[in-house]
Amino acid sequence: MLCQYCERNEATTHIKRVVNGEMTQTHLCGDCAAHLGYGDVFSGFSLNLGELLGGFTNAALHSAGEAKVLRCPKCGNSFEDIAREGKLGCAECYAAFYDKLLPSLQRLHGRIQHSGKVADSAGEKIKLKGRIDKLKTDLAAAVAEQNFELAAELRDEIKALEKEQDAGVQEGE
Amino acid sequence: MSKWYIEKGAEGDVVLSTRIRLARNLKDYLFPTKLDLKGRQQVNSLVKDALLESGSGSFGYLEMKDLTRTQAVSLVERHLISPEFASSFEGRALMLTEDESVSIMLCEEDHIRLQVMKAGLALQEAYKIADEIDTELDQKLNYAFDERIGYLTQCPTNLGTAMRASVMLHLPALTRSGNMNRLAATVAKLGLTIRGAYGEGSAPKGDIYQLSNQITLGITEAAALENLQSITSQLVKQEREAAKILLQKEENADRVWRALGVLQTARLLSGDEFMELISLVRLGAANGLLPFELEKINELIVNMQPATINSMEGKTLKAPQRDALRAQKVRETLKNQA
Repeated sequence: MLCQYCERNEATTHIKRVVNGEMTQTHLCGDCAAHLGYGDVFSGFSLNLGELLGGFTNAALHSAGEAKVLRCPKCGNSFEDIAREGKLGCAECYAAFYDKLLPSLQRLHGRIQHSGKVADSAGEKIKLKGRIDKLKTDLAAAVAEQNFELAAELRDEIKALEKEQDAGVQEGE
Repeated sequence: MSKWYIEKGAEGDVVLSTRIRLARNLKDYLFPTKLDLKGRQQVNSLVKDALLESGSGSFGYLEMKDLTRTQAVSLVERHLISPEFASSFEGRALMLTEDESVSIMLCEEDHIRLQVMKAGLALQEAYKIADEIDTELDQKLNYAFDERIGYLTQCPTNLGTAMRASVMLHLPALTRSGNMNRLAATVAKLGLTIRGAYGEGSAPKGDIYQLSNQITLGITEAAALENLQSITSQLVKQEREAAKILLQKEENADRVWRALGVLQTARLLSGDEFMELISLVRLGAANGLLPFELEKINELIVNMQPATINSMEGKTLKAPQRDALRAQKVRETLKNQA
């Protein structure tokens, strides 16, 4: 069979995908598979993550014995499903398996506390922190563009918000 | 309207383009691989309506199932969609601006994959556009977000900012001086990754590489962009120095001229041969040896890919016909300018 992409070389990479019961098949030669990024799928993180989580799964299974499997209340995934696929089923999975995922996240990213932009749905305190982070992004851009007038304004604004943040922390204590 | 990639960009001799990609999910829906067709269609229309209402830019909306395979692969070749996105069409949609600088994949791995492209090195500018569109969408949609681990994504590698920033670099001199392995190891230590933009392996096609941030959790967008910017600037400097040394040798300059000779006269050009030769011609043009506009060369690199040629011709050509057409277009573009 010829490669569906270049129609020149023999297809050696055969990709079957099943998404919600619909199967698609793609036949590619090695070069085109690499070109189209399919090399990534196999060497990529999804498999490693499965292995990574797999280690925890086994340990967790042994300690839990044959006790009933914990499932995500929203999508029904178990931690074993996540470990196998290297992917989560829905946003709720993160809450359901947060403690189990944490060591892997630590290994993946080195850190486990988000910093940066904050979604509208988040709480006020974290939004304030997000606003400060955002202003710092703008400040870096202003400096890069040598717009020092704007940079000075942004710096003042950041200082004011940081004060607000400190006050909030003290109130909370 | 002219496409974003034929514009002049900063550090354009080495940096072909900049890309920012943000991943977002809607809280109330399962991630796309778990979501049924009806659910995916609902997500697509929710995002589409939110975007069109927000008035941030004018977007076209395409259902992937309405595209031919060739059209879809051409979108992959132009880096407007991912290979993964083109592997299955059902329940997936694409929103695209006319100049193709902003594309939004709906129901890829995540519900929303917002991508902004700019010519040359333009990380801040590209992020600013992505950030504004994202903020607009956030007002109208209920994003999945956790205060501890940031934007929730299907794959934990994207958690946190869920931002992937990358620059596409043409590094013919560093490649030829055998420096790429060392550089790849160095940037890995700095939280970045570099790989071939076209094809994999140690010698990517056209000596074109993609440098991107690897870590997304615990590092702000600003810090990630700054990090990428400063390493890119260093690579640009190193490539320029390596190019100067390389082209001082008569035999290397000769290779550049010969590459031009073949491209200006060939009647058949395979994709691989074209990429190998155009890389040398671009090296010559970027360093003042050949008098071509880099934007013209960049445009050729994008448009001479197999499915993009087919897509522009509106039919699927056999390889020899395509090679003849490619040779003809390359001759026309590079004629009489030297």
